Amino acid sequence: METLLLSHLKELTTAPGVSGYEHHVRDLIRAAWTPLTDEPHTDRLGSLWAIKHGTGAKPRPRIMLAAHMDAIGLMVSQVEGEFLRVVPIGGIDARVMPGQLVTVHGREDLPGVVAEPPAFLLPKANREGVVPLSELLVDTGLPADTLRVSGLVKAGDVISFAQSPVELQNELLAAKSLDNRASVAALTVCLETLKSRPPVWDVIAVATVQEEVGLQGARASAFALHPDLAVAVDVTHGSGPASKEYADKTFPLGGGPVLGLGPNIHPGLHAALKAAADRAEMPYTVEPMPAHSGTDAYAIQIARAGIPTMVVSIPLRNMHTPVEVLSLKDVARVGRLLAEFIAGLSADFMNTLTLD
Amino acid sequence: MAKKPVRKAAPKPRRPAARLAPQRAKAPARDQRPQLQPLVRPPKATASEMDLLRELCNAIAVSGDEGAVRRIVLDAIRDHVDEVRVDALGNVLAVKRSKRSSQRTPRLLVAAHMDEVGFMLTGHESDGSLRFELVGGVEERTLLGKPVLVGPKRLPGVIGAAPVHLLKDDRRNAVTKVSQMRIDIGVDSADAAKRWVKMGERGGFTTEFAVVGPSLRGKALDNRLGCATLIELLRAPAVYDFDLHAAFTVQEEVGLRGARVVAYAVDPACAFVLDCTPARDLPSSDDRENTQYNSRLGLGPAIYISDKGMISNDRLVRYLQQTADAAGLPYQFRQPGGGGTDAGAIHLAREGVPTVSVSVPGRYPHSPVMLARTEDWRNTVKLMRLALENWTPQVLKR
Repeated sequence: METLLLSHLKELTTAPGVSGYEHHVRDLIRAAWTPLTDEPHTDRLGSLWAIKHGTGAKPRPRIMLAAHMDAIGLMVSQVEGEFLRVVPIGGIDARVMPGQLVTVHGREDLPGVVAEPPAFLLPKANREGVVPLSELLVDTGLPADTLRVSGLVKAGDVISFAQSPVELQNELLAAKSLDNRASVAALTVCLETLKSRPPVWDVIAVATVQEEVGLQGARASAFALHPDLAVAVDVTHGSGPASKEYADKTFPLGGGPVLGLGPNIHPGLHAALKAAADRAEMPYTVEPMPAHSGTDAYAIQIARAGIPTMVVSIPLRNMHTPVEVLSLKDVARVGRLLAEFIAGLSADFMNTLTLD
Repeated sequence: MAKKPVRKAAPKPRRPAARLAPQRAKAPARDQRPQLQPLVRPPKATASEMDLLRELCNAIAVSGDEGAVRRIVLDAIRDHVDEVRVDALGNVLAVKRSKRSSQRTPRLLVAAHMDEVGFMLTGHESDGSLRFELVGGVEERTLLGKPVLVGPKRLPGVIGAAPVHLLKDDRRNAVTKVSQMRIDIGVDSADAAKRWVKMGERGGFTTEFAVVGPSLRGKALDNRLGCATLIELLRAPAVYDFDLHAAFTVQEEVGLRGARVVAYAVDPACAFVLDCTPARDLPSSDDRENTQYNSRLGLGPAIYISDKGMISNDRLVRYLQQTADAAGLPYQFRQPGGGGTDAGAIHLAREGVPTVSVSVPGRYPHSPVMLARTEDWRNTVKLMRLALENWTPQVLKR
């Protein structure tokens, strides 16, 4: 299981899938989910739905599991001689950019390097402190005429990170785009577990698009699917050596699923997930989310007439860097927790769900 | 990790294997434009030459811990030199003797440093992470969010960063100091970490060498390009009228320390230093002319005239220039200014040594990933081959 999960995660994180350009990773997810579900479908914005029909009598209640498959990246704004100027797609951290390996998705995929120009080439205001992304360049190692004359790269071409996954000790994995491919993998684990525990409810696993640029995919999918319940699965900040001073906003790696609590979360659903974790004898922590959960749940909750929504997270270090780190155990546990919760859903669960 | 270098005769030169996908978008109307005929066809590296460079670049040899590269060098040159030894500091000293070698035979020194910048582990935190200090002039702003390899077993780790989501605005713009960074190998206690790595062990970058179209991409091209060039000079069949002393030096990045003792030991008539010099040939964002580029990619070997450490010997500069001109090889003069090479130590050895440096220009030195042009490297090899083949004591006459 763990080795399968590791190779699944490595494959998912290696695939490009910058917000709005998720087709590579979508193909991989469709391949993984097709044998586990009844009807994979790609919606108008590009989100992938995989429906597993329940055993209950029709009309069956349905639960939506949303994990965004898009990743942060860059976009070419200008070709300047041998170099590319870029703009961010999603929350790029300029501090970690110089020296990163990237892939420029031009007319063909080109390896590139993010370069910080020497100080004397920067405007005076940017010579101290972190150099903003607008002053950084991407270098493909190709001469200017190759880039321009053959139209190999144009403004609007997408750039993804290219750092390879690295296995650390203690079953930790470091990779780019674990935000949020880790949650996609957790949904795979959930669907696999449900094979032997067929649920009463319809389960719709959704790999959403464009979360990093405003939760667009989740909003459209939630409207279209109109689920009775929804769980957004995402990553949250993991405690670690770089985040010591944020102890109250980080959660331990290997500490199990992190259960969100706040206005974005239905309290009854929160309690039900807790109960499921207890049934599975699984450790978990609780994450206070005073306002915006920062996940697809924020869009899903207010779809149509409103949907009871929950956030389950995987603790992740160094979020939005190409060396995001998580524990494989937490990924597997989130998958099993969701399966435990779903397998326990009775046909009349909605009648028992209360706010108080 | 390190596979044995190929010792067989080099196969017929062909294009490097890992070039860009062949179905490049059709070059529009190329034949309708005037074709520029290069003076000489850009020389290509053979597969075995490229494999050797790959092996050299992927090895980690932080200053003072050059063993991994030293082993590759020794294996690569052993069968091609008359003598080889490793000195007290770890320099590799090899000699290719003249046919009529005697005490009076002039000795030529060609040096290339083996070491690279990196870090040394300096302490264990209770959470299992590792403190470190820099060895050599690492570009500190390129460290955050990078994977690294630590210790002789090349244990993977990462230099993490607090997530940008949690940072206040002023912190987002604050450069993280090395003293604040930690290497995370995945363990959660100091005791667990000590089982894997010890204080004093070195760490380096992970970027795998790759041929990217016309360019070379990898860590430590500074100065594995020089090492690879020097190995080729030793493997060349030529026999000279002088004794060729090749030195693969240690500790260049921390103060040219290996080169100093090498120059004393060899006491050469003159010296050539092979290195990799920064190409800062990037555009400015406000259309100012870049007047401090130092060197430029694609313009050929960079010949030094002066740097922070020395003024090159004028006769050797002229000799290299004439050699390149006669052969139609491209070359450029590195802009005079800061920086330096082993030449700074060698030219002051004993009663002084006429010395010049020749570098392959490389972008982003002392960072996790560098870029250089295959063509510049091959032209450097060619220039140095010719410079050795044609060298006579007359070169040094005033």
